[in-house]
Amino acid sequence: MTTYYTKDHEWIRVEGDTGTVGITAYAAGQLGDVVYVELPESGAKIAKGDGFAVVESVKAASDVYAPISGSVVEANTGLADAPEKVNEAAEGDAWFVRIKIADPGELDGLMDEAAYTAYCEGL
Amino acid sequence: MRYLPLTPEDRASMLATIGAKSVDDFYTDVPEAARLKGKVPGLPDHQGELAVERHLTRLAAKNRSASSGPFFVGAGAYKHHVPATVDMIIQRSEFLTTYTPYQPEIAQGTLQTLFEFQTQVAALTAMDVANASMYDGSTACAEAAVMAARVTRRKKVILSGGLHPHYAAATRLLCEAQGLEVVQLPVAIDGEGELAKAVDGETACVIGQSPNVFGTVTDLSGVADAAHGKGALLVSVFTEAVSLGMVTPPGEMGADIAAGEGQSIGNGLNFGGPYVGLFSVRDKLVRQMPGRLCGETVDADGNRGFVLTLSTREQHIRRDKATSNICTNSGLCALAFTSHMTLLGGKGLKQLAELNHEAAVELADALTSVKGVELLTPRFFNEFAIRTPMDAEAVLAMLDEAGIVGGVRASRLFPGDHLGDVILIAATECTTADDIAAYADALKEII
Amino acid sequence: MTMNSTGRPTAPTSVSAAAIETVSGSRGLLQHEDLLFEIGTPETTGVDLPKPKGLKSRLGGVARKVDTGLPGLSEPQAVRHYMRLSQKNYAIDLGLFPLGSCTMKHNPRLNEKMARLPGFGDIHPLQPQATVQGALELIDELATWLKTLTNMPAVAMSPKAGAHGELCGLLAIRQALIARGDGETRKRMLVPESAHGTNPATAAQCGFIVDEIKANKRGRVDMADLKAKLEKSEDVAGIMLTNPNTCGLFETDIREIADLIHKAGGYFYCDGANFNAIVGRVRPGDLGVDAMHINLHKTFSTPHGGGGPGSGPTVLSEALAPFAPVPFVVKDEDGIFRLVEQVDGEASESFGRMVAFHGQMGMFVRALAYMLSHGADGLKQAAEDAVLNANYIQARLKHVMSPAFDGYCMHEALFSDAFTADGIETIDIAKALIDEGYHPMTMYFPLVVHGAMLIEPTETESKAELDRFCDALESIARRAAQGDDTLKGAPYLAPAKRLDETRAARKPVLKWAAPDASKVAAE
Repeated sequence: MTTYYTKDHEWIRVEGDTGTVGITAYAAGQLGDVVYVELPESGAKIAKGDGFAVVESVKAASDVYAPISGSVVEANTGLADAPEKVNEAAEGDAWFVRIKIADPGELDGLMDEAAYTAYCEGL
Repeated sequence: MRYLPLTPEDRASMLATIGAKSVDDFYTDVPEAARLKGKVPGLPDHQGELAVERHLTRLAAKNRSASSGPFFVGAGAYKHHVPATVDMIIQRSEFLTTYTPYQPEIAQGTLQTLFEFQTQVAALTAMDVANASMYDGSTACAEAAVMAARVTRRKKVILSGGLHPHYAAATRLLCEAQGLEVVQLPVAIDGEGELAKAVDGETACVIGQSPNVFGTVTDLSGVADAAHGKGALLVSVFTEAVSLGMVTPPGEMGADIAAGEGQSIGNGLNFGGPYVGLFSVRDKLVRQMPGRLCGETVDADGNRGFVLTLSTREQHIRRDKATSNICTNSGLCALAFTSHMTLLGGKGLKQLAELNHEAAVELADALTSVKGVELLTPRFFNEFAIRTPMDAEAVLAMLDEAGIVGGVRASRLFPGDHLGDVILIAATECTTADDIAAYADALKEII
Repeated sequence: MTMNSTGRPTAPTSVSAAAIETVSGSRGLLQHEDLLFEIGTPETTGVDLPKPKGLKSRLGGVARKVDTGLPGLSEPQAVRHYMRLSQKNYAIDLGLFPLGSCTMKHNPRLNEKMARLPGFGDIHPLQPQATVQGALELIDELATWLKTLTNMPAVAMSPKAGAHGELCGLLAIRQALIARGDGETRKRMLVPESAHGTNPATAAQCGFIVDEIKANKRGRVDMADLKAKLEKSEDVAGIMLTNPNTCGLFETDIREIADLIHKAGGYFYCDGANFNAIVGRVRPGDLGVDAMHINLHKTFSTPHGGGGPGSGPTVLSEALAPFAPVPFVVKDEDGIFRLVEQVDGEASESFGRMVAFHGQMGMFVRALAYMLSHGADGLKQAAEDAVLNANYIQARLKHVMSPAFDGYCMHEALFSDAFTADGIETIDIAKALIDEGYHPMTMYFPLVVHGAMLIEPTETESKAELDRFCDALESIARRAAQGDDTLKGAPYLAPAKRLDETRAARKPVLKWAAPDASKVAAE
């Protein structure tokens, strides 16, 4: 099980051919109080780099970009009723979707935890 | 210059504080060629209040006001009585001269009235949620169409043949700009039901109107079922808000979006604007709604208060991904609507609607008693269409000579649709028994 | 001497207001007011209507099944309801309203009086044109003023608000591109990143693809970036540029921008939201503009009404004029005014109809009353005073706050939050202004300036008012620079404390609902 990070502040935790995707705690902090999360439906096909979800705070709406291509196996529908979870557990319970990974090779350009931490410190 | 408080001494001292020689210093970024030497040519200089009043009163006097005699024009705007209290309320400085309630701590007055407005509109249309208003009914209709396309991710919009042609035109314009296909069903006095046959698996929404532009009231439940069966939405349109007091409202017919004109409640005719668009939807569509929304919350002391909310849908945050480019509501007209509605209450509105209906019933009976006049509208609320044995334009001109504004010739709204002998006629609570008798008598003379 | 036996002490004793609890929830003149739905009943009505006769219905059964259940109030109750609510609002009639880019100027009452003349307020948009010649003449006269002030050949009067005017301008551009066969290929609309949100939203609504242009260090369009974006220009539809821009600055290179965009085959849409800074001194037609909307409520004093109604007539160049929307007014040779309502004949190239009727007539009357009152000389003076007032504020505050850009501003002064101590934000300064009796400035806009504070005093303010305002803001700014934590709780003296917007958005309550009877019983 390995976790990768993007420069757009998404994370993906890979187990076998499935990836669990969310936004980082750093991103959640920058957004402020999250009030709404719009997720794709199960079965949706998403391509690396595409906006596949939207996360909203009171004063901002941000697209969440797919760190990898694949099809959505499961969306975390519980977030609809409890968007505050994104602030409380961005990198845990508040995952957005599970994706069946189409091409594991796409993981190559992503950062590991140490690289991402360093990246955020430079922002 | 009575609106400008700065004195020449003020200006000189302020320039000195700033360190500028003259106001010209502030305009040095303007390209040399575009700097005017002196005033804009071709316009008069300032005038006192009396002179301005004289000029505008002279222009106003050239118009025939709806209250100055028998008046039967409807078709999207209606002559109703507005209580004096309503006009007093909307002229309160605190409502008239304030801005969009972006600072809720000092805008609870506006916000609470919007919350009450939303509640009233939701109840009147029998829908779950209403927004804080749109520009008018026609733009509300257009926004409903593009919203339906967004929700269903489909590209076809079908318009009934009874939809007000101006609404149809505004809707077609916005839809086509966004690459949607618009299907207009043939003009029909009693054809709202045709929408049920026209809907298919590619349809984003069907748009029906009740009462429609010919005054026909229709239960759109069958259309709603047909639309939902194909995964499409029903947009239910109305131009006469008073009808909501007794005619089946959009929500009772299964509409997904209600879009209509609220002018009839609290707002004058104003030659077409400003009016107030009403817009309401089912709960599940709230986040795809255009326009402002006011919501309840609490303040830091735990007291109830109101704020603009769900604004991430809107242009100032979402920019090119916003649900609409709309940046305003029709605030003061919504206040006129809500305050008139508060004076009426549910009971008063129902009674007002009954008075409108009865005036129209009596008018229809009186006019159809004239030999050769045919009532075309099978079921109506407060307006209907008649066919006369002569050209409608000639009939209306002769009525005008008799001091009667007899309605709208259908050919003005539907040129080229062979409706040259059809007149659209409205009656309201302002219509008296004498008005009705005068119309029938004059028509008898003419035909 | 004679003693007055009913004499009473008159010297006041001081007690802190915060210590006073009231039973009613009111605080002196500030009356508590519940929601209409909590004080009215469905049986109450504040109007006296005749009793219906009970005629047979002709609805054919299309009748409402469930009553609205909406409560009514008697007339005195209704008057108090709205009066009490009105007291919780700030208004330009009450004091300086420095909301940048919104232009809160005095709304003359003459305008209101004129709009209510029966000859304007009580005429129907579809009554015979012979009976509304004065109304059509008024529209024509206002159109003439707008064309003359902008030096543009045509104006579309029907747009209902500023954003609707933007839509009008962009639909005209779209139609012009279609007419010359470029409709499918030219889809890219250049929009500066400092633009108001309506610009990209409108472009998207018209099917254009938004391409952002950067701002330079002086707060103007970065010409190098613009030129780079125009290198490949076959797909360029046009540019949407606000001038004076959202930073309150005049676009120095505007003529060159116009020329570049025209050379690239595109059109120049100017957002006229800030026309009030230059009206009477600069005519946009002299700057190469193809289309520009004018917010009558900003430049020409029609009231904002708590968020509308607006009005957005849109002036058009020769190139775009043929595509103007219907309806429009023409004056025939016999002096008769006539409405062109259909897309054919003299309007055969029109892009169509935007709204049901002829635009915001009520706003037209008010705007013309204002123009006639000011005249060419007064409009120029008003623009100059607005700019002078803004520069005065900038000059007075630049030592304690952080001007976003060097040099003079136009009609609004823009500051960043660079001067504040850690933990103090723009919103804290804004809310502290409320306690000083002012509406806050525009905050966090434009987006290109960190913690932006955009202050627009307008020409309405006297020097004494400006000084009072500057004294207040200067003191708040010093507290912000020192990290005064009490700012975080402001406002303390407003009708409401800071409101929980997160709660409102997470669990939206968008209408009143009757308390659940079973829950009430259980409590």
